[in-house]
Amino acid sequence: MKFAIQINEGPYQHQASDSAYMFTKNALEKGHEIFRVFFYHDGVGNSTRLTSPPQDDRHVVNRWAELAEKHDLDMVVCVAAAQRRGVVDDGEAERNGKDATNIHPRFRISGLGQLVEAAIQSERLVVFGD
Amino acid sequence: MSEDIKNFLYLNRRAPYGTIYAWESLEVVLIGAAFDQKVSLAFVDDGVFQIVKGQDTSDLDMKNFSPTYSALGDYDVNQLYVEQESLDERGLTIDDLMHLTWEDEDEDWAEKDSIRVVSRAELAKIIEGQDVVFSF
Repeated sequence: MKFAIQINEGPYQHQASDSAYMFTKNALEKGHEIFRVFFYHDGVGNSTRLTSPPQDDRHVVNRWAELAEKHDLDMVVCVAAAQRRGVVDDGEAERNGKDATNIHPRFRISGLGQLVEAAIQSERLVVFGD
Repeated sequence: MSEDIKNFLYLNRRAPYGTIYAWESLEVVLIGAAFDQKVSLAFVDDGVFQIVKGQDTSDLDMKNFSPTYSALGDYDVNQLYVEQESLDERGLTIDDLMHLTWEDEDEDWAEKDSIRVVSRAELAKIIEGQDVVFSF
């Protein structure tokens, strides 16, 4: 089956990203297709490469990045949500006059249309959050 | 883009200003309207407060986005379901809600109500009939 995944909550504070990761990983291992993973609301916080959790804890951001690398996952961060919360790539830094970026290179920033398109193209949209 | 037309339901469950879910849900609705899908919105639980009339956020230092709901008709978003039980549980009636309308192109632009109050059981059936449910 072809799935779209939406993640609405940030890392560590909330289990949504962990649950979404487990779901995505297991779906891929069972041969399902993940059309796109879309990060919305505080979910955009899952994409910052500056995250440094304690060594004995899972690294939520790197774990997503490794899964994406292995399966060529398309991981999209909502631009409007990212701008509000200070998640920045090169393009956004230039557009908004910021002196730094923080997004992990496995993620890309794009518009909400990417979420709507994913819902149209997939057989199921699975939303993780409260 | 695929030419498939799907039934999209935006399920709004939270009060408008305590968290950002309501406003960011509305942003998806507005963007999604460009995709020519069959769109409806449902307001349940504290989500019914999103469309209460007379909202005033001047003491909150937050943008009052409630006028945006009045513009939905212009985006061909005109199926707004409100759950009766959620209104009852909060001491609200339809008279406490904004009067949201749309103009029907097929009937000489007659003005029609966008809001339909439905029971919890009816809404469950409506949700069951959807292809995509965005839950906010």
